[in-house]
Amino acid sequence: MKTDFYLPFETSLKNIQAEIDAASGQQDGSSEQQEKIRQLRQQWVDAAREIYSNLTPWQTVQVARHKDRPHTVDYLSLVFDEFVELHGDKFFGDDRAIRTGFAKLDDRKVMVIGHQKGRNYQERTENYFGCAHPEGYRKAMGKMKLAAKFGLPVICFIDTPGAYPGVGAEERGQAQVIAESMFLMSQLETPIVCIVIGEGGSGGALGIGVGDKVAMLQHSYYSVISPEGCAGILWKSSEFAELAADALKFTSKNLAELNVVDDVIEEPIGGAHRDPHEMANRVKKYLLQCLDELSQLPKSSLAQNRYQKFRKLGMFLEPEVSR
Amino acid sequence: MAQGPISDIEAINGPSPEIELEARSVRRGVPEGLWIRCPSCKAAIFRKEAEKRLGVCPECDHHFYVSAKTRIEQVLDTGTFEEWDPDLLAADPLNFKDKKPYRERLVAERKLTGLKDAILTGCGMVRARRVAIGITDSAFIMGSMGSVVGEKLTRLTERATEQKLPLIIISASGGGARMHEGILSLMQMAKVSAALARYNQAGGLYISVLTNPTMGGVAASFASLGDITFAEPKALIGFAGPRTIKATIRIELPDEFQTSEFLLQHGYVDRIVHRNRLKAEIARTIDYCVGW
Ligand SMILES: [Zn+2]
Repeated sequence: MKTDFYLPFETSLKNIQAEIDAASGQQDGSSEQQEKIRQLRQQWVDAAREIYSNLTPWQTVQVARHKDRPHTVDYLSLVFDEFVELHGDKFFGDDRAIRTGFAKLDDRKVMVIGHQKGRNYQERTENYFGCAHPEGYRKAMGKMKLAAKFGLPVICFIDTPGAYPGVGAEERGQAQVIAESMFLMSQLETPIVCIVIGEGGSGGALGIGVGDKVAMLQHSYYSVISPEGCAGILWKSSEFAELAADALKFTSKNLAELNVVDDVIEEPIGGAHRDPHEMANRVKKYLLQCLDELSQLPKSSLAQNRYQKFRKLGMFLEPEVSR
Repeated sequence: MAQGPISDIEAINGPSPEIELEARSVRRGVPEGLWIRCPSCKAAIFRKEAEKRLGVCPECDHHFYVSAKTRIEQVLDTGTFEEWDPDLLAADPLNFKDKKPYRERLVAERKLTGLKDAILTGCGMVRARRVAIGITDSAFIMGSMGSVVGEKLTRLTERATEQKLPLIIISASGGGARMHEGILSLMQMAKVSAALARYNQAGGLYISVLTNPTMGGVAASFASLGDITFAEPKALIGFAGPRTIKATIRIELPDEFQTSEFLLQHGYVDRIVHRNRLKAEIARTIDYCVGW
């Protein structure tokens, strides 16, 4: 219940919370009073469960973008024992929209790469709202190579509206670095686990998304285009974003059905932002489980399996008569 | 910048209206006429003359849209093209519907272009050198990449690896990853890039030819992974569409922004190649590189 910001479809939660606050405010300690609060809390949980088990795609987008949703840096502090940030892309500059560095996951040493949106206005501006420039992808590629060289698994947290659309980004090869990053990841001889924790915005997400395991948090989304962008093109106005969100089938459930993600990590009742600690526990458990599994495999078969995993994606018709 | 419309597929917004008009007018029957108007210098040009010049304006050197089929005639030795996987057809995995159902759109596009999807792949000879070749066609849903384009390119690359053939991919894709197939289109970027990584590992030579327009998810995958990158003059090439960029940063964009010349200047293109030199340049590059 750790948020003051209610989404438009959470009015009932807001109202119940107001009742809880009012009842707690006039605490007379009577058992009757306590019972009332207990009942209200139960009502809240029931309502939250009801709402969050039936989110529409557009509501999912709103949850994925919720201002209090845990970001990469939150997982860095809640999941890992240590994070040693490495800033250099050795080419142009330090892109704050992508963070990279060594981290300790219990006794395992890993390399973490993640988009970072920023919490307040200043951070968001510095981080370009989590929209990375080419230097971010170059930094990520450099650190992946470093990880492979020294046998560290790579963990990627995906949370971006998309790669940054700007003059500098184009001048410095936005298309080039995203292509190169997928090219590199497909052959990297170390385990890679990718988790979409919020927004999986098109090429900017996939640029750090080619893993042995690809998972999504339950209320995140992962799409070829933002619903607003799709609406702008196909419906000629971003006002139709809700329709586009329905059409694009980008929820965790959809992607699991399409075999694009291996696993969906369930969120606490009312979404990850209401209980970041519990969310972090689940993410940690998932990561440990994946690394246990992947570390059993010989390095040479990792890239082989990863190739086959992506090779199978796509749906088309092929008449038997052909060839 | 507000939250929201940022995506490579928005590159579909990218090509200026004229480019789209050009692609559409060419496929919507203008070919019947004796005269065509150059969208760049506005000169009226005798169709036969433009065709003789491989679809290049005799007045201003503007490179017109040419279909994938015409490209094959221009680049390969006559009669040597053997098409691969000609029967793959787009499914409709999302049951996608905007103003028009995707299924209907596909039927209409097939009828208009005579293509089954936005790509032709196969093998053939370039001045007697055997190559594997793929060509996207911007007339078919802006040349965008869905599962069919991704699968055909992956098979092309895998066969080029097996048969040790040089690989040529000519891109004309303003639409990037095709949004009508959602996330599966995005995944084609990874799939084709992974196949190219294996091809590269095996020592294959990949020549990427960028033509007008090459944007979004196509630019951000196979089109940018060539050992050698050629671009036709003045093609629009980039990641984000100019309209998206303008909406985000609210400044006027430089004149040459996202052109072949801009990419050359910034180090992403090896050579700008006039269409009448393309075949010769491909043959020469193969001779420099191919030991296997
Ligand atoms: Zn002209």
